[in-house]
Amino acid sequence: MTTRAPSAGAQTPDVVQGPQGVPTVPGAVPVGGRPDPRPMSRRGEILYFALRTKKVIIGLTIIAVFLVLALIGPIIRPGDPDALIGPLGASPSADWWFGTTSFGQDIFAQFVYSLGSTFLVGALGGGIAAIIGMTVGFVAGYRGGWIDEVLNMITNVVLVIPTLALLLVAAAYLSARGVVVEALFIGFTSWPWAARAIRAQTFSLRSREFVNLARMSGVKGLRIVFGEIAPNMSSYLFLTFILLFGGAILIAATLDFIGLGPTSGSSLGLMMYDAVAWSALQLGLWWWFIPPGVAITAIVGALYITNVGLDEVFNPKLRNT
Amino acid sequence: MRRYFGRKLLIYAATFFIAATIDWLIPRFMPGDPVQSLVSRTGFGLSPEGSQALVTYYNNLFGLNHPIWEQYINFWASLLHGDLGRSVYLTGRPVTSVIMSAVPYTLALLIPAVLLSWWVGNTIGARAARRRLLDNVVLPVGYVLTATPYMWLAIVLAWVFGFILNIFPISGGYSYSLEPTLTWKFIGSLFSHWVLPFASLFLVGLGGWAIGMRNMIIYELEADYSRYLEALGAPSRLVRKYAFRNAMLPQITGLALSLGVVVAGALVTEIVFSYPGLGKLLLASIQNEDFFLLQGIFLFIILGVLIANFIVDIAYVIVDPRTRVAMSGAEE
Repeated sequence: MTTRAPSAGAQTPDVVQGPQGVPTVPGAVPVGGRPDPRPMSRRGEILYFALRTKKVIIGLTIIAVFLVLALIGPIIRPGDPDALIGPLGASPSADWWFGTTSFGQDIFAQFVYSLGSTFLVGALGGGIAAIIGMTVGFVAGYRGGWIDEVLNMITNVVLVIPTLALLLVAAAYLSARGVVVEALFIGFTSWPWAARAIRAQTFSLRSREFVNLARMSGVKGLRIVFGEIAPNMSSYLFLTFILLFGGAILIAATLDFIGLGPTSGSSLGLMMYDAVAWSALQLGLWWWFIPPGVAITAIVGALYITNVGLDEVFNPKLRNT
Repeated sequence: MRRYFGRKLLIYAATFFIAATIDWLIPRFMPGDPVQSLVSRTGFGLSPEGSQALVTYYNNLFGLNHPIWEQYINFWASLLHGDLGRSVYLTGRPVTSVIMSAVPYTLALLIPAVLLSWWVGNTIGARAARRRLLDNVVLPVGYVLTATPYMWLAIVLAWVFGFILNIFPISGGYSYSLEPTLTWKFIGSLFSHWVLPFASLFLVGLGGWAIGMRNMIIYELEADYSRYLEALGAPSRLVRKYAFRNAMLPQITGLALSLGVVVAGALVTEIVFSYPGLGKLLLASIQNEDFFLLQGIFLFIILGVLIANFIVDIAYVIVDPRTRVAMSGAEE
């Protein structure tokens, strides 16, 4: 079931850690590691359990609420979210649901527009990181040998470099940055732990019978990886993507907060940056800095909880605990 | 033993080399010319000839008139002498001394916050793993804490304890009315300014460690050796002790992996509280486009994280007897 047997793993500790020390998915490779002969029924089973796992329901509901808000928000409040249209520093009311900034900007409008860019950064940054992590992990784990050594070295180097500091330096020199550029930066620096995790999984699947069988029947390397190995850890890959998604949102918030986020448009981190920069704290304008933080915490927290819930769904052994 | 640490040191040396090279490359290959922007900021009102002279002057000063490979060698030469150039924004003070005056504040936040949140989080997590009631509290709180952006928790703490309750100051490293002296009053002021930034770093870290430890303990208690011990009739205290020891190892590895994130968290937390550490300096260097200072701070962070990683490696060897055995076995 697992690659986490207690072993003298000082050089390649095989326990996978997510961002901020949250250990990721313990039992990843499906038991037996055999391709399921009835994919439809397996999908049905997953859906069946997913809709009955409380964590998944709670997590997905929270994410869905914010996603809907991000989609319909710009319709409710059309126009420029940064326009100076309201009273100065008004507290939340029926007219201004989240109040206004000390310049008279509608915080609700800023909020819903920012949600969109948050999801975009998460999906794009997390997606890029997942693709790089998978590529590196698959190649290193399947090929082994000197390719593995080299890739391992690169992974270790990127892992040790405080990538956020690197992002800061890089972003500081780019005068015009969009959400997409930010997502690219994040994607290119946050893949190492995913690569490590996927490498370990690939490594343990590589010598299973069905992979050997495929190899003996003359299937080429790439086809084995994508036809035999990847499908058997698809749940694991999905969970990795969820964690990378959440991580990318947090990194983006940090970047925005230092003033290195998108130079145009709005984001949740930028809202907090503005709030602190224009003394919302000293003026007691709590409605300025509370909503963006609540949204980030709720979205990322919901992603983590969904992750744990889905782990139970994918992994029958965990279901009753 | 020597081989193991030799290998580790090699990776760290390579990392530092690559990081420093990236640090050197970025300003030279990014769009835009730092010197031009510097001149356009400082030299307004100059005639075209005057600003051209200024550009030449800065190019000479920063050594940008040499061929690119020579610049790279010069960069390493001065780096090894501890010379990181001069800060433009702080009117020519050496970058190294500017950074050195900020580092103690950052370390005073980071070291206690990292170690305490790790220790307390692991303790809580281990307890939660065997008490349902506690678990029901720890798990949701833990998830919320890990999902919280560092600066937001800092803002909320500053708002609640600084603005509403007015218990702690929310700005600066010590009271602006005091001079740094070695008196109780000054130390008290230092402490009260330290509490909130420390608390926000500590709390965000706590959740992740507690959840990690909880999951790990549950996993270890299901492992064969635990079941075997139970079957033999060992007291559950003993079984838990073994489980805790095994669960500790991944947490130590996790400590090393989380360092980069925590450092970033410390930087933004300092910005919220205007705490006079590296984070505040970093913000100032970004806002003033002080690229030498920015590069210097980056190199310092890299160096700090690498050293911390190495310490964690040593700790791992001390804690896990199997690595020691494996290592002495590996030596011919």
